[in-house]
Amino acid sequence: MSDKVLMKGNEAIAEAAIAAGCRHFFGYPITPQTEVAAYMSKRMPKIGGVYLQGESEVASINMVLGAGAAGVRVMTSTSSPGISLMSEGISYIAGSDVPCLIVNVERGGPGLGGIQPSQSDYFQATKATGHGDFHMLVFAPSTVQETVDLISDAFDLGDKYRMPTMILSDGLLGQMMEPVVLPEAKEPTDNKDWAAKGHQGKREHNVINSLYIEPSVLEKLNFERFEKYKKIQETEQRAEEYLADDAEIIVVAFGASSRIAHSAVDMARKQGIKAGLIRPITLWPFPEKFIKKHVDHAKVFLSVEMNMGQMVEDVKLTVENKKPVHFFGRTGGMVPTPKEVLEQIIKLNGGDC
Amino acid sequence: MKDLNILLAGFGGQGILFTGKVIAYAGLMEGCEVSWLPSYGPEMRGGTANCSVCLSDNKIGSPLVTNPDVLVAMNLPSLEKFEKDVVPGGIIIVDSSIIDKKVERTDVKTIYLPASEIAERNGIKGAANMVILGKLFKETGFCTPENLDKGLQKTIPAKKMDLLDKNRLCIRLGTEN
Repeated sequence: MSDKVLMKGNEAIAEAAIAAGCRHFFGYPITPQTEVAAYMSKRMPKIGGVYLQGESEVASINMVLGAGAAGVRVMTSTSSPGISLMSEGISYIAGSDVPCLIVNVERGGPGLGGIQPSQSDYFQATKATGHGDFHMLVFAPSTVQETVDLISDAFDLGDKYRMPTMILSDGLLGQMMEPVVLPEAKEPTDNKDWAAKGHQGKREHNVINSLYIEPSVLEKLNFERFEKYKKIQETEQRAEEYLADDAEIIVVAFGASSRIAHSAVDMARKQGIKAGLIRPITLWPFPEKFIKKHVDHAKVFLSVEMNMGQMVEDVKLTVENKKPVHFFGRTGGMVPTPKEVLEQIIKLNGGDC
Repeated sequence: MKDLNILLAGFGGQGILFTGKVIAYAGLMEGCEVSWLPSYGPEMRGGTANCSVCLSDNKIGSPLVTNPDVLVAMNLPSLEKFEKDVVPGGIIIVDSSIIDKKVERTDVKTIYLPASEIAERNGIKGAANMVILGKLFKETGFCTPENLDKGLQKTIPAKKMDLLDKNRLCIRLGTEN
C-alpha cells in the first residue's frame, strides 16, 4: 500500500483519472472546479496526454464526444452552469453510445448562482441532463478517498455499458483536503472494436452517430438502450447503510450532506433515538433495493439535501407511501449543520428541540 | 478520545491555509482522521481567508467548522466574526501585534500572543503563523513534537525546504512565549 497523502478533492479527481488511464481532458474553467483543469494542464503534457481548454463548455464537450468516439478514455469537468451548457453534447454522447467521464463539482443555483457548495443538480444529473430519453451512471462520493475509488469504476463501467458516466461532487468535497491512498496506475488501453479509429481497409467503417430519421429505427435503438438501463438498475445499485438495521428514523443523504447526516445520526443515537442512515452512492441507478429492505421496520424517512428537495422524490417513489417521507435542506451554498439535522430527527421522533 | 475542531482566520497571505495544512499533516502522522477546508472565492483576494481543520479518532462528519474548539485570529475582522462561535471552554489565540481589541467572552481561554512582533524580532517577518502554531501546539498537545515536525516537513514545498529551520525556530518561539 502506498502512503497516505493529503489531497484536495479536485486534485484527487485529476490524479485518479490519470491513474485510470485517462490521457484526454477537455474543459473550461469555473469555480469551484478549476483545480481539476489546473492539475490536468500541469500533468497531461508530462505523460503524453492531451489537456485542451476549449473556447467554451459547448466546444469542450464536443471534443469529449470526438475523443470518446475514437475509443480513448476521456473526461471533462465543470461546475453546475457548465453542465447546462454541455447538456446538448451530453445527449449526443448518450445517443451515440460513447463512454466518457463528466465531473460536476456543484455550486449553488439557479443561474450563475453562487460558488459555494450545493447539491441542486440532482434532478439534472439523474433525470434530464439533456434532451431525449437517456441516462448516465451517476456516482456521488462523500470523501476524497471515495472520489478516487469511484473514478476508476466510473471509467470501467462507462466502457462496459458504452455510456457517459458522471461523478457528482460539490464545492465542499472539491475544495477540502483529506488523506488519500492513490490507486496503482493503469496504462491506457485501446481495445474498443466499435471505435472510429481508422480501419486501414481491413474492416467496415464504424459509424458513431446519434441521428436517426426513421422513427421505427430510432425507437428500436431506444428500446435496446433501455434494456441496457434495466440491467444496470438491477446490477449496479450502490449504497452504504449505517445503523439502519434497527432504525426507526432513516435519514437518506448523499455526498457532502451525508457526512453531516452521519454526525447527526451519531448524536441522535447518543440520546437514545434509533436513527440510521442510508447513503446512496449511485444516484442513477437509484439504490431502491437498499431503501426497500428497511421500509417495514422504519417508522419514517428523512431526506437531507443541499437543495430545495430533489432526491426526496426518488425516496418517496421507492417507499411507495408505506411510510411518511420528510425533507430537510439548505440551499444557495449554505451547508446544513449536524445540529440542524439532529433537530429534525428529534422532531420526527415526537420530541421537542 | 481526540476530537478537535480548529478555525484559523486572518488576511490572505498570512499563511492561514499553510498553517492548517501543517496541523492536518501532523494529525495524519498522529494516526487521526483529518480534514482541511479552505474558504474559497472572491473574499480570498486581499480580504479574509479562513481554514477549518478537524482532527478526530472518529470519521469526520462536516469538515466545515462552525463551532471551533480553537480559534486562531490573525486580524480584527476574523476575531469579530468568529469570537461568538467558539465553544464554551474553548481557546482563542489572538495575534496581539495586529489586533488591539480584547476578547469579550469570559467563558473561553484567551491567549494574546504578539506573534508578528516575535517573528519579526527574530528576523523572520511573515512567519507569525508558525509562532501561533507553536502556541496552539503547546496549548492543545494535539500531536507529538515529532509528528508536528513531520507535518511541517510534509507541508513545505521542496523548493522552499531551505526555510525549514526558520519555520522550526518560529514554532519553538511560539511554544516558549
